[in-house]
Amino acid sequence: MNRKQAILALTLLAGGLSLQAQHRPAANQRSAQAKAKTPAKSAAADPALKASLTRGAVVYKNVCITCHQADGGGLPPINPPLIKTQYVLGDKARLSHIVLAGLAEPIEIDGEEYKQHMPAQAYLTDQQVADVLTYVRNSFGNKASAVQVAEVKAVRATLK
Amino acid sequence: MRPLSSFVLGAAALAGSALLFAGQSNVHIAPDPDNAGLKLPAGFGALKVAETGGKARHIAVTPQGLIYVKLNRLKDGAGILMLRPKADGRATVASSFGNYGGTGAYVKNGYFYASSDHAVYRYKLNANGEAENPNAPELLVRGLKVGSQHESKSIVLDNEDNIYVNIGAYANACQEQDRTRGSKGIPNCPILDSAGGIWQFKANKLNQRYPDGTRYATGLRNVVGLDWNQQDNQLFVMQHGRDQLHDNWPALYTDAQSATLPAECLYALKKGDNAGWPYLYYDQLQHKKIQGPEYGGDGKKEATGNYLDPAAAYPGHMAPNGLLFYTGTMFPAKYRNGAFIAFHGSWNRSPEPQAGYYVVFQPFKDGKPSGQFEVFADNFSGSAAKTASGRADHRPCGLAQGPDGSLYVSDDVKGTIYRIVYNAKK
Repeated sequence: MNRKQAILALTLLAGGLSLQAQHRPAANQRSAQAKAKTPAKSAAADPALKASLTRGAVVYKNVCITCHQADGGGLPPINPPLIKTQYVLGDKARLSHIVLAGLAEPIEIDGEEYKQHMPAQAYLTDQQVADVLTYVRNSFGNKASAVQVAEVKAVRATLK
Repeated sequence: MRPLSSFVLGAAALAGSALLFAGQSNVHIAPDPDNAGLKLPAGFGALKVAETGGKARHIAVTPQGLIYVKLNRLKDGAGILMLRPKADGRATVASSFGNYGGTGAYVKNGYFYASSDHAVYRYKLNANGEAENPNAPELLVRGLKVGSQHESKSIVLDNEDNIYVNIGAYANACQEQDRTRGSKGIPNCPILDSAGGIWQFKANKLNQRYPDGTRYATGLRNVVGLDWNQQDNQLFVMQHGRDQLHDNWPALYTDAQSATLPAECLYALKKGDNAGWPYLYYDQLQHKKIQGPEYGGDGKKEATGNYLDPAAAYPGHMAPNGLLFYTGTMFPAKYRNGAFIAFHGSWNRSPEPQAGYYVVFQPFKDGKPSGQFEVFADNFSGSAAKTASGRADHRPCGLAQGPDGSLYVSDDVKGTIYRIVYNAKK
């Protein structure tokens, strides 16, 4: 196992552990939440989600890791973190748009201003974008619903 | 007259040698017990002069020992701090001024020079080294190009009242789509007309714009650390090499190659030099100038054309933000006229470990780099693990030499100002 694979495996393991840990509380608690916000199902209980996370981790390693880093923390003051920000956890259409069209405006996260542009990654397929965003939304301590291929496709249709 | 003047001369020589002696062997500044957390060669010590809490970029020390700190962003409304050290070397902020963020800071001939990301200013200093009119600086240069990367307008002066200003390229490799996978380089890169080089302006003329200056050297992607070498009477600069060979050209470069390549280069510049960005990069393993992949390169093809070779090359992406030729006498003789380089630390070596976050020493002989660089001050990050992850506690950025030969280092994470001394009293 080379270093890359080791990091990938560790990241996946950590992601899996945190998913499990967050779903360990009593089932009745979870069903209450489920009615309110329909949180993501656990990867263990959802083979499709699990497969998407696995594919997403590969895309992340190939495309995102240089700037956003293995732990999703970015590297201030150039590359913004992906951990618990509204850019990642909030509107999925906005998030998909950032990946497909890039981001050319300065953003501020936790008092730090990030100005370096994010390049568009439009060469990724809708499936790859959905997978990597699902992965990012459920890694590094994040917990949010999966991004569906149809959601990415809809955003791509708005671009020229 | 003659006896009197020789007496004066003798007295001056005596005083001079006494000072020299004091400087070399009896430094009255006690280092911190832990050397401010730094790892240093034997005989050196370090202290934290101040914790400013600002993004301390470049620093300058006056002949009187006052320290000017340029902040990248305003702190409590000010972009410049003036620190006044007490007898023990520890300093407090004596004044703060300047309503602009930026990087450049330099002191020469009774003036403090500072830059925002699009302009250069100067402040006349009084006999104590204090800015006479801190709220009314003279505007030397304005209207400099700035994008959303490589914004720092680092500055240095020569001995003929010229000021040299870095104008960084607002791109990685002049692609049609910046940092985008597979995007080709734009022929005759248009950025180079107004950025991607060092511009020369007059240090004593107000309101200059591009037409008043000269593009002194071009083909330099981004220079943050630069200094005037007094021995060679020549400008030396440290270029930040291009990023993302693997990200943008995965078929040509592995991510391990991309972590190491290209070199961060030290260039000795003469007027009219072209270092070749964006058409080439320097491969420190092959010792060759290699055609950039955006311009038809494949990682092996050598660049053609009249481009400058680096004077020295260092591992990739370590971000050289400070360069200082040491001219003091406090440190041992081997350091005299050699170069200190502050490597701010890498971000784009992932998934390989990050590197840098230290100050190195590059030995010089007869005005040229001679031999391998050595790590001089390490552990700004706080630990090896913090260096590897890039989650550094401190990142070295600016360098300055004090009147007694102390080396000052700034940190733009927490704003710590370090002072490194040799052979100090414990």
